[in-house]
Amino acid sequence: MNAPVPPIARDTRVESIVKLAVMAVGGQGGGVLNGWIVDLAERNGYAVQATSVAGVAQRTGATIYYVEMLPDTGTPPVFALAPAEGDVDILIAAELMEAGRAILRGFVTPERTTLIASTHRNLATLEKVAPGDGRGDPSEVRKAAAIAAREFIAFDMEAMALASGSVISASLFGALAGSGALPFPAESYRDCIRASGRGAEASLAAFELARTAAEARVQDTAPDPGPNTASAPAPDPGPPAPRLTGPETLRAAYAALEARLARLPPEAQHIARAGLRKVVDFQDTAYGAEYLDLLEALAAKDRNAGGAQHAHAFTQAAAKYLANAMAYDDLPHVADHKTRVARMPRIAAELAARPETLVQVTEYLHPGAPEFVSLMPARLGAFVESRPSLMRALDRLVNRGRRMRTDRLPSFLLLYAVAGLRRWRRSLLRHRRERAHMAAWLDTATTRLPKNYEHAVETLKIRRLVKGYSDTHARGLSKFDRAMAGAQLVEGRDDAAQWTARLIAAALADPAGTALDGALDTIRSFTTQGRA
Amino acid sequence: MAERSFRKEVEQLRIGAGQTFRGEGILAITKALLENRVGYVGGYQGAPISHLMDVLADAEELMGELGIRFEANASEAAAAAMLAASVHYPIRGAVTFKGPVGVNVASDALANLASGGVTGGALVIVGEDYGEGSSIMQERSHAFATKSQIWLLDPRPNLPSLTRAVRYGFELSEASNTPVMMLMRIRSCHVHGSFTAQDNAAPPLTVREALANPRRDTRRIVLPPYSYLHEKEKIEKRLPAALDYIRANRLNERFGPDEGRVGIVLQGGMYNAVIRALQRLGLADLHGETQVPLYVMNVAYPVVGDEFLDFCTGKDAVLVVEEGQPDYLEQAFRAVLHRAGNHETLLSGKDVLPMAGELTGRVMLEGVESFLRQHAPDLLPADRRAPNQPKQPLPIPDLFKAVPMRPPGFCTGCPERPIFAAMKLVEEEFGQHQISCDIGCHLFSIMPPFEIGGTTMGYGLGPASNAAFDGGGDKRPISIIGDGGFWHNGLNSSIGNAVFNKSDGVTIVVDNYYSAATGGQDILSSRAENRSKATKHAITKAVEGVGVTWVRQIDRTYDVARMRDTLKEALTTPHEGPKVIVASSECMLNRQRRERPLREAAIREGRRVEKPKFGVDEEICTGDHACMRLSGCPSLTLKMPDDPLRDDPVAHIDTSCVGCGNCGEVADAAVLCPSFYRADLVHNPGRLERWWADLNTRAIAWLQRRREGRRLAWDEGVEAAE
Repeated sequence: MNAPVPPIARDTRVESIVKLAVMAVGGQGGGVLNGWIVDLAERNGYAVQATSVAGVAQRTGATIYYVEMLPDTGTPPVFALAPAEGDVDILIAAELMEAGRAILRGFVTPERTTLIASTHRNLATLEKVAPGDGRGDPSEVRKAAAIAAREFIAFDMEAMALASGSVISASLFGALAGSGALPFPAESYRDCIRASGRGAEASLAAFELARTAAEARVQDTAPDPGPNTASAPAPDPGPPAPRLTGPETLRAAYAALEARLARLPPEAQHIARAGLRKVVDFQDTAYGAEYLDLLEALAAKDRNAGGAQHAHAFTQAAAKYLANAMAYDDLPHVADHKTRVARMPRIAAELAARPETLVQVTEYLHPGAPEFVSLMPARLGAFVESRPSLMRALDRLVNRGRRMRTDRLPSFLLLYAVAGLRRWRRSLLRHRRERAHMAAWLDTATTRLPKNYEHAVETLKIRRLVKGYSDTHARGLSKFDRAMAGAQLVEGRDDAAQWTARLIAAALADPAGTALDGALDTIRSFTTQGRA
Repeated sequence: MAERSFRKEVEQLRIGAGQTFRGEGILAITKALLENRVGYVGGYQGAPISHLMDVLADAEELMGELGIRFEANASEAAAAAMLAASVHYPIRGAVTFKGPVGVNVASDALANLASGGVTGGALVIVGEDYGEGSSIMQERSHAFATKSQIWLLDPRPNLPSLTRAVRYGFELSEASNTPVMMLMRIRSCHVHGSFTAQDNAAPPLTVREALANPRRDTRRIVLPPYSYLHEKEKIEKRLPAALDYIRANRLNERFGPDEGRVGIVLQGGMYNAVIRALQRLGLADLHGETQVPLYVMNVAYPVVGDEFLDFCTGKDAVLVVEEGQPDYLEQAFRAVLHRAGNHETLLSGKDVLPMAGELTGRVMLEGVESFLRQHAPDLLPADRRAPNQPKQPLPIPDLFKAVPMRPPGFCTGCPERPIFAAMKLVEEEFGQHQISCDIGCHLFSIMPPFEIGGTTMGYGLGPASNAAFDGGGDKRPISIIGDGGFWHNGLNSSIGNAVFNKSDGVTIVVDNYYSAATGGQDILSSRAENRSKATKHAITKAVEGVGVTWVRQIDRTYDVARMRDTLKEALTTPHEGPKVIVASSECMLNRQRRERPLREAAIREGRRVEKPKFGVDEEICTGDHACMRLSGCPSLTLKMPDDPLRDDPVAHIDTSCVGCGNCGEVADAAVLCPSFYRADLVHNPGRLERWWADLNTRAIAWLQRRREGRRLAWDEGVEAAE
């Protein structure tokens, strides 16, 4: 009684229990993978225990499967039912951010964890709803994984599954095989897939792709395309130029325009090339010449303001946002893209349509009276717009959802005709509006240029807030106006550029502009005494 | 049709004595019921025991052969009431539902059952939904067991222990004339393992035979004076009988050395977690052979005081491992020690383990270690007693910001999404409303992007929880209820309640043809043919039957504009009394499972099949994401266009799209943007159709060439098909 228990040597076999956790997004087929792993262990003479948390967590939420295994000695070992922090040997993440979640939860440790993660993103709703770019930063997760894991095997397993007509569970299983983290031959993995029956062939193909990649320790280091920012160093030269087609005279005219790009500061040329192409594609070569005229004038002012010291950030931003402002989103633009020759083959490719099938395309259009009026010649449009009763009558006439089958001639012809309005675009109401808006914006930016270079650049970037159609567009314009007003308030301050950048970020944080209003209030609190 | 079919696994339920059964916990429980001469089974689905109901449904044929009655009860209350068959008849019955919410619903019947007592073994298998992955409030079913005096089993979470618990559960119930509740924690429901099977056995008395020879005994009915006698009988007869059985059959287990200065008392369900902690501390071997004495309570209620006192003898300190709060066991044991005058043994428990929350691996390790450090530090291995300074590892970047929350949400193509998109549109027009929610998939509407609704008070209670607002006012209250909740409890508690009280509110019944959140089981209004259940009973008829006069049926929820207009009508109509909108479209998970094989067969056989998918014109999308804010569909996602002029990612629809139509309908109803299109892939088109399509294509191609010839174009080359 009460005699100290003689210390017994630690049972080292406990250390050899293989602890494997799968972190997945509900609906990814984690259960299938779990089943295969159990089968695999049993086939190889292992005692195995697997658990999962089913229920609503599986409806697109984050979910965990957990397996423990050990060579079967006849006496059952006691396995745990849930992964413990710091005590996981293999962690399979069926999505990159789930790898991040595993690291956050402490399941990935440098001493023991092989982290196998598919690098594709399955965006969470919260990432998608921001009007700007609300996506989490995948490079953070990769960085953390490189430190936290004993070994980090990461490539796009989703793409491999899709390429094989299978689902990600098959390629994850392949990556597990290729990782060598379990002492089982590849053939016994394949047997598990074969035994599961339906779709085995496609699964095996996905399995092999991922197994080979994991075995070769392929690291797709290609970073996710992050947000493009005008200030980012332009990767020049860009991708190989696509082939230009069209009448000889137009191609010559375009070549002449392209030659003019050389006159711009070198840092801005890549983006100006894209801009030129966009505006010519939107309208015609004359429009391209207009773009370059404006841009060259802005570049000249940039140089005068000492732009060379700023990598000509002003011209870079101007090249981008001027093109976006000139190639605004009007109905002819929409109709043009919907009736182009390359579109149907692209859609057919998306559907993986074979030649013996047919592809039918239905457009969901809902233009209202303002859109129709904007298509009218400027004076007529302004006349109609100034008469509310007329507008209401017109709205009643036109405002309804239209489903248009663009694979059929009648609907196609209608859109084709609207696209054809391009020829008269310069005389339409919308064009006048856009030009006036653009002129005011450029004017404000250039006035700021000699006084505060960065602030002038940020002023150009406010243009990013104009996006969408109808109501969304109106909301974008209102945000643009509010941000411009805010930028005006901070004018003259040293930190005007930072404040303006903050306004843009706030405006992109939520649809209603609540964050933007908050930022504006802050600005007013120090620019004017209290609220203005 | 349930989400998961167990038809293949159910074959294993036929194996006989000596054979090894391999599978999930729930399947093992079913096998144990068959081996233990159960006469009838029933229950109500809900995580984590939904699959148990699905297994039982799939095993109906086998149960029929043995003369066992299976009932998919309308609610947990109905299931618990079914155990009435064991009151007068020596028939074993088992029902299953989740805890504590299902136990809450069942509590009326359970209390009556426990009062009168049972003759045949009555087993309530409760899927205790506590800890990670749970979708309900965190409570313990323990309280129900103690208040009604129902014995509570909490067996060790491995298949041999779980199946053994079924056997002694029945026997304990019969020996003490008391119903028995058996806890299955989330992970033990789905734990995969093996056990040695017995032969299946038919019940000695079937419910059919009992029906032919009815019995009654007034003394078993809960009515004075018998109810007073029941209360005494519980303490004077049934409790001692139970304690005798538990002791005699060693239901609670002891592991490790007989003697030691410290020991651990634990709920059976915590066994593996405790052993793992001891393994990590070097105090238990692979097979659970432990150096620290354990007293494992496979019976969590009643506590067997003398067994516990015996365990405490000679021990300086005992740790009570009990998950959740209140600390029922710790309190009970303190009382036992106190009464016995044992002042030598120190009781530890919630001082080293958290009062609230799951006892995860790390929590358990730290708790056990802390207990040992205080009371038996010499037991700890050297590296734990004086740990080396840990190597200064590279700091891992904090991913808290980078990793997004990922709560559950609507599946791809879910028919409930357009209902809430329509509500969102109405909200934009009319402003916010008082909205109460209910239990079911539709509760995901409280999450982004919809963020609709403020309360959920229980299954089928959505409209009832708006009752205080039923008098109306400037704006009408809106409540949501699913078809599952509607038939569970809602028709009476919510709809009938609203009619009787002349409610001015609006109720939306989300009808997806199944009890979808629990795994797609059929219910009364399901549209599927079900071999053994009566389906196709319209919700609208039921609603009208209890007196609602303003009823609208929407048969395609994807019609967002119609959904929106109907809701607006309901909110503005001068009609007095409750307004009920039944919004019906089939659960997409189930629909795909049903239709996909048929569609693939049809394509193979050369029949005409249309397969829809949505797409986004990248050049037309401006990246505002207004569509996302009315969707949240997993297949509607973002993509960074390969264009240096773009700042923000644009909408993109991935290959998982099922073409439900929500994107297009929302873009139209909300007047969002023209970038969405639906592309139908027509397999095996007819000859005439093909001719007509070719003609159109040729004409269109001519027009396109004509225009293309007059302008500049960039030939990117079409990307190869995926």
